[in-house]
This record gives sequence, structure tokens and C-alpha cells, in this order.
Amino acid sequence: MMMQAMTAEPMLRASGVNKSYGALKVLFDVDFHAMPGEAVGIVGPNGAGKTTLFGALAGSFPVSSGSIHLAGENLSGTSAAERCRLGLARTHQVPRPFLGMSVFENVHVAARSGAGMDQATATDEAAEILRRTGLLALANRSAASLGLLDRKRLEVARALATRPSVILLDEIGGGLTEAELGALIDLIRSLQADGMTVVWIEHILHALLRVVTRLVCMAEGRILAQGDPRDVMAHPQVQRAYLGSSPE
Amino acid sequence: MTPAQVLPMNTKDRRLVGLACLAVLGLATLPWLGSALIVDKLIYLFILVMFAVMWNLLAGYAGLVSVGQQAFIGLGGYALIRLVDAGLPPFVMIFVAAIGAGAVAWLLSWFVLRMKAGEFAIATWVIAETIRSLVMFDPIVQGETGTSLLALNAYDPDLRRLVLYLLALASMVVMVWGTWVLLQRRIGAESQAIRDDEDAAASVGISTFRVKQRIYVIAAIGCALAGALWLASAITFQPRTSFGVQWSVFMLFMVLVGGIGTFIGPILGALVFFGLQELFGDFGAWYLAGVGGLAIFFALYLPNGIVGLWLDRGKDEPLSLRKRLRM
Ligand SMILES: Nc1ncnc2c1ncn2[C@@H]1O[C@H](COP(=O)(O)OP(=O)(O)O)[C@@H](O)[C@H]1O
Ligand SMILES: [Mg+2]
Repeated sequence: MMMQAMTAEPMLRASGVNKSYGALKVLFDVDFHAMPGEAVGIVGPNGAGKTTLFGALAGSFPVSSGSIHLAGENLSGTSAAERCRLGLARTHQVPRPFLGMSVFENVHVAARSGAGMDQATATDEAAEILRRTGLLALANRSAASLGLLDRKRLEVARALATRPSVILLDEIGGGLTEAELGALIDLIRSLQADGMTVVWIEHILHALLRVVTRLVCMAEGRILAQGDPRDVMAHPQVQRAYLGSSPE
Repeated sequence: MTPAQVLPMNTKDRRLVGLACLAVLGLATLPWLGSALIVDKLIYLFILVMFAVMWNLLAGYAGLVSVGQQAFIGLGGYALIRLVDAGLPPFVMIFVAAIGAGAVAWLLSWFVLRMKAGEFAIATWVIAETIRSLVMFDPIVQGETGTSLLALNAYDPDLRRLVLYLLALASMVVMVWGTWVLLQRRIGAESQAIRDDEDAAASVGISTFRVKQRIYVIAAIGCALAGALWLASAITFQPRTSFGVQWSVFMLFMVLVGGIGTFIGPILGALVFFGLQELFGDFGAWYLAGVGGLAIFFALYLPNGIVGLWLDRGKDEPLSLRKRLRM
């Protein structure tokens, strides 16, 4: 297992990624990777650049420098839409549903455009994903009528509908009850069982650690430590970053 | 397990479609029954419906709030003048002119669709004004004076009216029905996603530029077709009228009053606008003030327009394009 992981090519790889918003530099030479089928967690204080890293990976904006590879293919020059169709899906930390559409339509259009399904196949797929994410009863409701938690579920559902090989989950666990967290963990494990690569940014450590086998800790635009979750959490710099500004 | 399904059209909507088909059949026989005046007025109504449906497709479904569709209304008319001047058959050239304006829209799209909301609206207006200025340089247009589609005078007036009426009716039916079909397809859902959140749309694999480009070109062709039909019925081409911003004001009014982003709204809005113009059009400035006042009333109290009256009572929107999952 260990040997295999070390010799195989990463499913997703970022090399030397820099990103600035105007004068504000947010990512400094970030190297990141996720192996096929791996579940990687990302932690770090607010403002560390975690969400920005997702944006860089998914092509939501151009990076200042550096490269991103998906299954060995260089993604520079590909749009966010192309990356999605190539199998890289993301959720948004602040949900961004299509407010003028129903919950079902939100997921349906993702299956059609992101996974290239026809009308009928997409209908089946959307219904199944809504069931798995606990949104089926709300299928015909307007997305605008959803509360924050359901909007987060919709983010996950919509990303899943694009049939990704890699899914980037950005703080989808906040505000859930223990039972709901349990269901979320089951869902993510089932995705992994299907062979999906999962990268999960999450402040709720105990939930994250039940899923991920590798942890990456970011602070101030840099990766402080990565590897076995317990080693990372015990790392002195990580401890300092967390004591300096505690996680939510 | 049976596959999941989308609910088919409900009974009320099916009845409405049946009724609409009957109305179209009735309208198709009307020129043999009604007076020339009524026929002329109905041609104008059909043109208004086309304008409203096209603007709603653009702004209501794809979020492309243009105040420059008069660029294509005018271009449709201008292209028709030019083609007929070259000795080509006028009635066929109405459609060729529309396609030509669509080609211009395709070229412009590379530039104008790179802009967001407010910039886009202003750019569309600037483009319309620029095209008007260019057209006024054409010697046959004679600057402000304009010109006429004299070739149409060669036809018997009654025959001309009949042909135009049937062409306008057919164009309107095809445009309304075509918009319905288009919005049912993948591009319809993609447009709405882009309207709601363009970045999120891209993140689920939607090629946002391509989708917007298609809608923009289609709406340009539709407006140009209606514009060419309008010119053929008005005969006189004056750049300030054909490329006038009043068309955008009319479209905005019809779509807002009927219900933006609904299928039936713009059609209802066009009927209301046509009725107002018939009743109060002679009052000049007072009429315009009244229309403005009504628009403000709707914007403040009925943001979903006439269709909102159904929604507020908890009733389903007639001819809704919502895909509902069978539970
Ligand atoms: N669109 C933006 N424009 C300007 N600054 C931004 C933008 N998005 C994020 N930032 C800044 O970049 C830094 C990293 O933010 P973010 O990636 O959201 O961190 P995290 O997800 O780790 O909390 C923060 O200082 C934040 O204020
Ligand atoms: Mg974040």
C-alpha cells in the first residue's frame, strides 16, 4: 500500500503555486498533491489560503505562477468549466446555488453540463444524488428557499453530479449535528469506496480525522506540515499556528 | 427501481397550449375577415411579441441585460433596404437580413460578452449608436432623412399586407415555440445557471461564453427579423427611429410588466403594452408619462409582473419551464 502510493503518479498535483490578490500575496510556492483514491484533509487558521488553493486547483482564477496537473495532464490554460469536465469538481465555502432554479434543476444541469449526460440519465443521476445527500424531499423547492445547511448539501450534490474523479470539499461540515456529521462521513467514505479522490478543508477535526489518511496544515499561504494526521497535529509549528489564532 | 422522471406538462398548461393553437388558427384566417386597419395593427402586435420574447430570452433567462437590441432591429431593416436595393426579392430578403444581423452579432459577441452587467448594458447601447452613425454614412440612407422600401410599392397593397401579416404571424409562432424548445434543452438550463451565478456555472462544467454567445446571436436574429418585418410594414427607414433606444424601453416595459424570466410574461406584457398604445397612444407626452408611471408601479409593487399575481396566490406559474421531479 505504502509502496504503491509512493511510486504511482498523483491524481492531482500543484507545483510552486503563487497567487496574489492585487498587492496581497496569498499563496507562496505551494506544492500539494493527492494520490488516486486518497482522502486528504486540509486544516489551518482562517485566512491561511486554503480556499484560495481550491480556487487555484479548480481554475476559478488564474494563478500568478506555478502549475496544476490532473492525472498527469497539465491544466494550465484550461478553464474552470474544462477542469470540471475533466473530472475536477469543487464546492464553495460560501454556497453559490443557482437561486432562480429548483434544487433538482441545480443538480440536473450539473449532470448535463459537467458529466455530459442526456436529459433522462441526468434525471436519474440527480434523483439518486439528492437521495444520497438528503435533499430528495426538497427536490422541487426553489434553491433560494434553502437554509445555509441545505445550501451546503446542495454544493456537494451539484459537485457530485458532474461525476468527478477528484472532489474538493470546502468546509461542508460546519453547523451539522453529530448525527448529520456521521451521515456526511458515511457519504464521503462511500465516494472513496467508488474510487474518488477527496480533498477536504474542514475545521471540525474529529470529523475530518475519521476520513482522511493524510493531513496538510496551511498557515499564511504556506504549507507548514503534511503527512500522518497525528504527526501533523503534533508538529510544533502547527501547534503555534493554532494557538496563535484558534480554529473556529 | 423505476427510473426517476420529470413530470409532464400539467392539464391546465396543456389546455392553454391547445387554446393558443386555436388562437393562432383563428389569427391565420383573420385577414380574410378583418379590415385592413386591424390587420396592420396585428402585424405590429406580433412584432411587439417577438421583441418581448427575445429580450426576455436574453435578459430574463441568460442575464444579459441589453439596452442595445435596437442595433439588430435597425440592422435588420437596413440590411433589407440594401438587399432589396440590389434587386433581390423583398419578402425572402426579410429572412436573409435577419441572418445577416445575426452574423454581425456573432462578431460583436467576442467583444461585448467579455463585459459584466453594467458595462455590458452600456456597451450594447454604444454599439447600437455606433452602428446607426455608420449606417447614416451610406448614401442611399441620406443621413437623417432616411429612405423607403419603394420596391414594395410594386405589389398590390392588399396582397402586400396579407403576405406581411402571414409572415409576421408565422415568425412570431416560430419564435415563441422555438424559445420554448430552446429553454427546455440543455442550453436553457445553462443560461439560467449563468444568469444566477456565472462563476458557479463554470464550476459545474458550463462553457459560459459559448452559451451566452449562442443566446446573444439568437436574440439578435429574432430582433432583426422582427425589425425587418416592421420596416416592411412601415416602408420608411429612418436611422433615428429604426435604431432608436425607444425599442429597448418598450422591450423592458413589456417584459417587466409581464414577468421577467417567465415564459408567458413577455407575451402578456406585449398585449398590455399594445392595448395601452391603442387606448392612450394619441395623448403624446401624457401617454409616455403614464407608461413610465406604470413601469415604476410594477417595479415597486409587482416585481414578478402579471405572472406574479399567480405566484402570490400560491398558484403555479402558467407554462412554467420548471423541471419538476416526480416524487
Ligand atoms: N477575492 C479576494 N480578494 C482579495 N482578497 C482575498 C480574496 N479571497 C481571499 N482573500 C484573502 O486571501 C487570504 C486567504 O483567504 P482564503 O483562501 O479564503 O483563506 P482560508 O480559506 O484559509 O480561510 C485572506 O487574507 C483573504 O482575506
Ligand atoms: Mg476558506
